[in-house]
Formats: sequence, C-alpha cells, structure tokens
Amino acid sequence: MDQLAYVLKRLFSRRIVLVAAAVLVAVTALAVFFPMFSGVDPNAISVMERLKAPSSEHWAGTDELGRDLSMRIVYGSRYSIMIGIATAFFSVIAGTALGLLAGFFKKLDAPIMRVIDAMMSFPDILLGISLVSILGASLWNVVLALAIVYTPRVARVVRASTLVIRELLFVDAARALGVSTPRILYAHILPNLMSPVLVQLTFIFAYAILAEAGLSFLGVGVPPEIPTWGTMIASSLQYADRAFWTIVFPGIAIILTALSLQIVGDGVRDLLDPKLRKSA
Amino acid sequence: MNDTANPLIEVRGLRKYFGAGPQPVRAVDGVSFAIREGETLGLVGESGSGKSTIGRMLIRLLDPTEGQIRFKDRDIAHISQRQMRPLRSSMQIIFQDPYASLNPRMRIRQILGEALDTHGLAKGKGERQARIAELLDLVGLRPEYADRYPHEFSGGQRQRIGVARALAVEPSFIVADEPLSALDVSIQAQVVNLLCDLKDRFGLTMLFISHDLDVVEFLCDRVIVLYLGKIMEIAPTETLYHRPQHPYTQALLAASPIPDPAQRHKDRPLLVGDIPSPANPPSGCVFRTRCPHALPACAETVPALAEVAPGHWKACLRNDLHPLSMKGTSQ
Ligand SMILES: Nc1ncnc2c1ncn2[C@@H]1O[C@H](COP(=O)(O)OP(=O)(O)OP(=O)(O)O)[C@@H](O)[C@H]1O
Ligand code: SF4
Ligand SMILES: [Mg+2]
Repeated sequence: MDQLAYVLKRLFSRRIVLVAAAVLVAVTALAVFFPMFSGVDPNAISVMERLKAPSSEHWAGTDELGRDLSMRIVYGSRYSIMIGIATAFFSVIAGTALGLLAGFFKKLDAPIMRVIDAMMSFPDILLGISLVSILGASLWNVVLALAIVYTPRVARVVRASTLVIRELLFVDAARALGVSTPRILYAHILPNLMSPVLVQLTFIFAYAILAEAGLSFLGVGVPPEIPTWGTMIASSLQYADRAFWTIVFPGIAIILTALSLQIVGDGVRDLLDPKLRKSA
Repeated sequence: MNDTANPLIEVRGLRKYFGAGPQPVRAVDGVSFAIREGETLGLVGESGSGKSTIGRMLIRLLDPTEGQIRFKDRDIAHISQRQMRPLRSSMQIIFQDPYASLNPRMRIRQILGEALDTHGLAKGKGERQARIAELLDLVGLRPEYADRYPHEFSGGQRQRIGVARALAVEPSFIVADEPLSALDVSIQAQVVNLLCDLKDRFGLTMLFISHDLDVVEFLCDRVIVLYLGKIMEIAPTETLYHRPQHPYTQALLAASPIPDPAQRHKDRPLLVGDIPSPANPPSGCVFRTRCPHALPACAETVPALAEVAPGHWKACLRNDLHPLSMKGTSQ
C-alpha cells in the first residue's frame, strides 16, 4: 500500500501529469457511465435542427442530420478510446515480440525484417484500406487492421534498441553466469526497452484514432451508425466550410485525449526509470 | 607448450578470426599457454592486441575459431552453450566498464540474487538474503545497499558489485578484463587491494588483463606479452620486468612512465609508429615493422616461442641481443 501511495505521489508530483491524468479519467468516466444513465439517443435525427451553431441547447452544435454533437462526442469517446487502446495494445505486443526476436536472434533477423519492410513499403492508409476490405468493416476488424498496420513500426524501434542492448556488458555478464536465454530476454532486455515502447504506445493510440477517422472518411471504417470521433469528422467534412463546429469539436476531443495520454505516458516512463527514482 | 605444473586451464593453438573472406581480422592468432591453480597470470599488450578476445574465449563468451581450451582437463573450446552452463559457476569475468556491466533496471539484490538462483546456490529467502549480505560485506559494501540501483553508486563501488557478482557463484577461475582502467587513480588502489585479498582468501586462479604495467607487476605471478594476437614473451613477473628478452617487451617497459627520472635508461628503445592492422599483419615476425633490431630474415620466418631460460619464453629470431636490464642499475 505504501508502495502504491509512493508511486502515485511520484507520478503526480508534476502538475501537468496530474491535469492530463484527470482529463483521461474524466473522458473515460464519461465514455463508460454517461450512456448508461443519460437515456439520450445519440442517433436521434432532427431535420429542423440541421447544422446549428453551438448554443445553450446544443453545446457543440448539431451535424448535417440535426444530431446533437456534444452527445455524439460523449458517446463516440467510448468507441474511439477503445479503438485507440486496443490498437496500441495489440500492435505493441506483436511488434515487441517480433522486434525482440529479430534483434536478439541473428538467424531470425532477416526473415522477420523482410516481412516487416514489405509491410512498411505500403502507405499506412492503403494497407489499412486493403485489410479492412479483406476482413470486412466492423469495429474489431478495424482494430485488427490498424494493429497490423502499426506493428512493423513498433517492431523496428524494438529491434533497433534490442541490437544495442544485446551488446551491453550486463548481457554478457548474464551469459557468463549461465542465465538462460528466455530470462535474458525477459529480465535484461525487455525492461530496458520500456521507454521506446511506451513512446510508441502513446503515439499509436493517437494515430489509431486519427486513422480510424481516415478509414471512415474513405468509407471502409467503422459502420456509420457507430458514433466514433473519426466517423463524425468523416461524415461532416463536406459541411466543414459552413459548419466548422462539426469537425472542430470532435477534433478537439481527439487531440485532448491523445495529448493527455502522451503526457501521462511520459510520466510513467520517467517513473519506470530507476535513474529518476530514488529507492525508497 | 610452456611447461606449467598442475594447470587449471590450458590453451593450445587458440585462434579467433573475425569476419569471413580473404582477409579476416586475426584478433588472436595461435596462442598457447597455461595457468596454474592459484596463479595470477597477467596479459599485457597495446589496445587491439587481442587481450579481451582471449579472455572472452576462455569463458566461452566468444567461440574460438580454432584451438583447445582445457579447463580441469576437459576441452571446452567447442562444446555447446548448454554443456557450458554447469561450468559457468567455475569461471567468471570482471569487466572493464563498471557502468555498462550492471543492468540499470535491477536492484543490487536482484543482480546478486540472479547469480545465486542460476546455480541454485541459496535455498529459501533467508539464506538468499544472508548470502547477498555476505557478498556485499566481502567486497566492502554495506548490506543495506542491496536495495539500491546501480546508478546510485560510484564507479569504484560498482566495480565492487561486479566483483561480488562474479564471486557469488564461487568460481575457481576469474578473468579480470582491465577492471581498473575505468576508475579514478585514487580508487584503483582500493580495488587492487580488494582483488589481492580475495585472490588469497579463496585461492582464485586469475587471468589479469591490463594496460597498467605497474599493477601487473604488483598483482601477477607470470606475465604474457601479446602483440597483434600473438604471444611475444612469457616469463615470471620478476624476470620479465628486470630482464625482458623480447624487443617489444623492452619497448613497452621503456614506454611506461617511471616515477623516478634518475632511473630512466638512456638507451631504452622507444615504441614508434602505429600497430599494423590485424586484418593484414606483417609477414614473418609481426613486430618487425616497429622493431629497432629487425633484420631481413625477420620478414621471412615466423619466430617460434622458444624457451630462453627456465620458464622464460620469447618469440624472436635474434638471440644475439643482450637482455636489457630494466629497472635501475644499468650494466
Ligand atoms: N566482435 C568483433 N568483430 C570484429 N572485430 C573484432 C571484434 N571484437 C574485437 N575485434 C577486433 O579484434 C582485435 C582485438 O580486439 P580486443 O578487444 O581483443 O583487443 P584488446 O587487446 O582487448 O584491446 P583493448 O586494450 O582496447 O581492450 C581488434 O582489432 C578488434 O578491432
Ligand atoms: S624477430 Fe626480428 S623483428 Fe621480430 S622481434 Fe625479433 S628482431 Fe624484432
Ligand atoms: Mg579489451
């Protein structure tokens, strides 16, 4: 318990991290609880209310079908955050595993990296479109497609770091002691990869939310009846010149969330670095 | 090769070539020597002469290209890493850089604990705890330090932790690869004393690699002089320092700083020029491009390591040179 209190105290000792964490908690709480209790239908159409500017009635204005944007942003957060987290999670797991194997085992390096390079030679969005068209448009298929798109990026970063860490003397010391290879990977290499992986994690979270918007815009994203921040921007883009709020508010939601996660990610990374931590 | 009674480790025709193709880097090119049980053997030579490569091959951190390494009468030069594993508790290494040799993400307790766990040397939490405290005490560190991270220590303290890790598995043989050269001069003496102490206490056999000829003289029983992956001279320390036979040894000793200028030899040869590339070593005697006594024959014949006095071997074609008396009184 002491340990946890200490960790939290350290984490929040920087005010900006505290603010960012508060934003994340608020966004997540809204995403989880608001739809349960509000009873509002975010898909309710009102032809009379089309493209209304923000007012006391509609805080963020309405879209081209007269749907209340503030409601849709709150409802959409659910899906967007889920897409971001799930994509980041899966691509980091797969990318770390591949990068670690390629970087550590010389024999696996060429085969793995050939596939990774081939995947990276496609533009992200093109690969995403192809994958979703093959898999079929659903929420989970979008996550799967995006996770595949971002895996090579993580694998490359992890491989590069592994190549460096593998040559460090403490790895030789472990080998000289007879420490098993799996343990060297997990106890010596992996912990020293935390910083670059965490940076990738927060980046991919933000990218995934944006990419999902791109896929939606191109008509291969999440089905439009599911409100995500991406689908909202995508479907309203053609009205943006007349009704800027239709894209500005979902955009702010994306940026705010991604930025907050990045700041918290930095805080966690510093916390994980023993050099910046005093042993209690 | 060189007669050594009771060797703990014996090396024959050891080679390590890096890179394939017509001109590999000949980091170690056919060295043979033995280390007696309880002996400390010094290994000196300029940077790039292959000292670390030899040390790493002896404990199989590097695979030899060719040759034998007999450890306790078993040739371990080409056995698999799996077969090597049980032997790893008998042979350990202390590295030059005490900053890179400790995992920054592990507490000292985990670092030492890993060594114990790998060879099942402490049963139960209590024994593990006690053993870690004992190891820290052994190298002159406080037991409370176990919960700290490496970055909280000075270079000298880290090197002590590196020594403790090596001792944790109770080895009989230790390779010390320039364990002092990254430390402040004031700290070096402390670590030398520690090593000296531990060596006597546990009857350790040691290969001590160093640039520092003074430390080698102080610590070692015998010394090997290495040049471009080949042994130039082997002799008991006393003999090597006072009556060096090989022109390279003479030059090395002459180049090392002497505290008292009055003792400086007037006719000492000095080492000039650069060390040739180990990818393209000179024909014949590898030292001939820098040797003040080189003859045309030196480019033709590779000098064999030959015994010039009991226990004193040199690889030089010329036997007509006077053994230079170093260290003071000239003759
Ligand atoms: N992994 C490697 N790949 C290629 N060449 C290597 C490798 N390791 C060492 N060498 C080369 O082998 C030669 C001997 O290197 P080694 O590290 O054994 O020298 P050293 O005597 O320990 O030098 P120093 O005093 O600088 O530590 C050098 O020319 C070096 O460049
Ligand atoms: S063999 Fe010739 S070149 Fe080599 S050390 Fe002897 S004299 Fe010098
Ligand atoms: Mg070296």
